[in-house]
Amino acid sequence: MEKKIRVLVAKPGLDGHDRGAKVVARALRDAGMEVIYTGLHQTAEMVVKTAIQEDVDVIGLSLLSGAHMTLFVDVTKLLKEKGMEDVLVVGGGIIPEEDESKLKKAGVAGVFGPGTHCEDIVKFIKKNVKR
Amino acid sequence: MNDIADKVLKGDPRSIAKLITLAENNDPIASDAMKIIHPKSGNAHVVGITGVMGSGKSTLIYELTREYRKKSLKVGIIAIDPTSPFSGGALLGDRIRMMELATDDGVFIRSMGTRGMLGGLTSAVYDVVEILDASGSDVILVETVGVGQAEVDVIKLADTTLVVLVPGLGDAIQTIKAGIMEIADIYVVNKADRPGLEQAVAEIESLIDIACSGKDRKTPILTTVAKQNKGIVELVSEIEDHNKYLKKTKMFDVQRRKRYEAELVEIIRKRLMNFIFDESKFKGKFEDLIDKISKKQVDPYSASDEILGKILK
Repeated sequence: MEKKIRVLVAKPGLDGHDRGAKVVARALRDAGMEVIYTGLHQTAEMVVKTAIQEDVDVIGLSLLSGAHMTLFVDVTKLLKEKGMEDVLVVGGGIIPEEDESKLKKAGVAGVFGPGTHCEDIVKFIKKNVKR
Repeated sequence: MNDIADKVLKGDPRSIAKLITLAENNDPIASDAMKIIHPKSGNAHVVGITGVMGSGKSTLIYELTREYRKKSLKVGIIAIDPTSPFSGGALLGDRIRMMELATDDGVFIRSMGTRGMLGGLTSAVYDVVEILDASGSDVILVETVGVGQAEVDVIKLADTTLVVLVPGLGDAIQTIKAGIMEIADIYVVNKADRPGLEQAVAEIESLIDIACSGKDRKTPILTTVAKQNKGIVELVSEIEDHNKYLKKTKMFDVQRRKRYEAELVEIIRKRLMNFIFDESKFKGKFEDLIDKISKKQVDPYSASDEILGKILK
């Protein structure tokens, strides 16, 4: 039997704009993945604990408030601490180009801004999922 | 010794989560581990929560869990949502209503897709109950998919089954009585601050009067407003009373036997189906037979003989 890709879609931080996260969650479901959506205002600790319990292969973070350099990096740091580097982390939202390379260095494998096609995210996940 | 099973028995969250994934994927590592897990399970009280879509099952579970945590009980939560029959994917959103529990070490939440199972549960749920049980959960809350009339498998799994309804279903209660209305150990009318409460309770009562006549336990009806934490303390105590009732009347063993029977049937079904549909020697044959049925060259019964004949002989 084919293993299903499990994805946690989470919105860390304080902004309440979850339309994008929901559209992506739906697209991933339609691509045959099991998507766990946790809702708004997640802390890095909540994201990582949920990722552990749900044993996800991928974490998708969405943030539109500009705090991605802090909050995305908090998540990847915590994952590293827990020895969970095998979880693929991707992020989306309003993210300036100059931050992209910094985020990638910090362990966010893919960064998807406005205008991204959902199928590109699906392709990226299927290609890069580590386990 | 089995490494992952040992870690699960010690309560290690990552091992618990990994073993659940392995069980969901029918991995042989899981079936080996379950040999060690099963004898250590059986202590947790398993509570099934079923009911119509939008009746507030997830919020109710959140409030029940907070109440159990006040009593320092460890809680395992299994939240099941439907898998799309078209894409095979699933959107599992029950955690949205349970967010505050995410950082509590005494709570383990697992979201699961139905993965093709009808009946409101998912195939690996029996394994997951045993895993959470053996890893130290005192109470396991199982949330089924939003049900209509026929999703009643939860009664075989759970020691105590809650059926959650809301006011304003009106005559709908009459029409669903044949299905989920027969399975409750406790009725919960949630969102009790909505209009139509008295009517809803009266309708359930009239059903209970018929169903429970001559029985020594009358199914209780509780009203709650989960969002405002109303009626939760009473509900927890009613669940505990039911557990005591089961143990006092020896119904507990009967109930557990039902669960193990359902589990055994499910494992046999799963292994048989995997054997037929995933084994390479049948795979081509299967496609070939469907073609022949479509072209009316063979009927479906004779086609099934061609596959089953090889196994049943």
